[in-house]
Amino acid sequence: MSGKPVLHYPNTRGRMESVRWLLAAAGVEFEEKFLEKKEDLQKLQSDGFLLFQQVPMVEIDGMKLVQTRAILNYIAGKYNLYGKDVKERALIDMYVEGMADLYELIMMNVVQPADKKEEHLANALDKATNRYFPVFEKILNHGHDFLVGNKLSRADVSLLETILVVEERKPDALAKFPLLQSFKARISNIPNIKKFLQPGSQRKPPLQEKDIPSLMAIFH
Amino acid sequence: MAEKPKLHYTRGRGKMESIRWLLAAAGVEFEEEFIEKKEDLEKLRNDGSLLFQQVPMVEIDGMKMVQTRAILCYIAGKYNLYGKDLKERAWIDMYVEGTTDLMGMIMALPFQAADVKEKNIALITERATTRYFPVYEKALKDHGQDYLVGNKLSWADIHLLEAILMTEELKSDILSAFPLLQAFKGRMSNVPTIKKFLQPGSQRKPPLDEKSIANVRKIFSI
Repeated sequence: MSGKPVLHYPNTRGRMESVRWLLAAAGVEFEEKFLEKKEDLQKLQSDGFLLFQQVPMVEIDGMKLVQTRAILNYIAGKYNLYGKDVKERALIDMYVEGMADLYELIMMNVVQPADKKEEHLANALDKATNRYFPVFEKILNHGHDFLVGNKLSRADVSLLETILVVEERKPDALAKFPLLQSFKARISNIPNIKKFLQPGSQRKPPLQEKDIPSLMAIFH
Repeated sequence: MAEKPKLHYTRGRGKMESIRWLLAAAGVEFEEEFIEKKEDLEKLRNDGSLLFQQVPMVEIDGMKMVQTRAILCYIAGKYNLYGKDLKERAWIDMYVEGTTDLMGMIMALPFQAADVKEKNIALITERATTRYFPVYEKALKDHGQDYLVGNKLSWADIHLLEAILMTEELKSDILSAFPLLQAFKGRMSNVPTIKKFLQPGSQRKPPLDEKSIANVRKIFSI
């Protein structure tokens, strides 16, 4: 028993990816147990390991944590990536929730019906460039390297993750946002994050259409 | 001078209701500015008051807070309803996310077509009685205490009561198999601040009626 956190999820980004990012950014090594078929999920359920019968689930510090936000809050708090007081937390929470909305939009694109997919993506990218990115560009006007409290927090990790996911669909998404461009470069160069961005890390690739059926089979 | 928090939202429950519950349970008086028509929302947007152009927005402690969870976490932390340490927080977070999922399903109903709605009501009933309520019943059974976490009132208890009452509006006998939740409901409803919030004339909002649904659609263009 290594004592490392153990992540239970299929071998895909989904709702676990932001947990992988945060652990990696915190420099925390973790193990993964991949759900490959329905029986794997059912076993976790019948063993009573999943509070609400759902994954993500992370074994950490003697707990079996479920619910993505609960997991992320715990990790951020434990590894000092959650600001120094309630007001910094409030800012971090607002930023992170906004980015979660955008990330969810992009993530959901791949499961849209074929005739709605293009419009859905256009809407998501429009929101990225007109609703969300301008907010963070403006925040970075404070001239500090990080979004909140002049110190790396989960908000920075979340923003980098979101930028990269948007750029996968629209490579020039940051064209109008010079401060976000330098933010991206800066945060990508933080050693733990740089390592996570390299091939061979536990970072997962984007979901491919061909992988959707086997994923659906686990959950339905 | 302690200013009261000011809530910006429509007159309905929506995503603001949990915030009203939490403030009320904490004994915090608050004001509300209601969005009655699209122009009200546009004004807030043009004034730059909405970080992501969305409500809920709560003016509190010099901030214009947005994002429901951010607001709830701030209020819970400020009024000592968020546990005493990281592990208690984690349990509160897990429990609250469960009741959020359940209530989210119920809140979506008024906006669904009749056949979808009927299917979802059945699904909600099933999930409530087989996935969600058993968890809270077991939690109370395992420790035998009055509250879900840390033997002390927390955000998790308040949110669970809200979820129970909302689900009962859908199916009045939904707690029939959960004796501890029934007792919990009775106990929590008698907490003075909550008892007051449950009385007519409080800032608690009723379920949406047809007319309000149409107006909400217009305001948010959905």
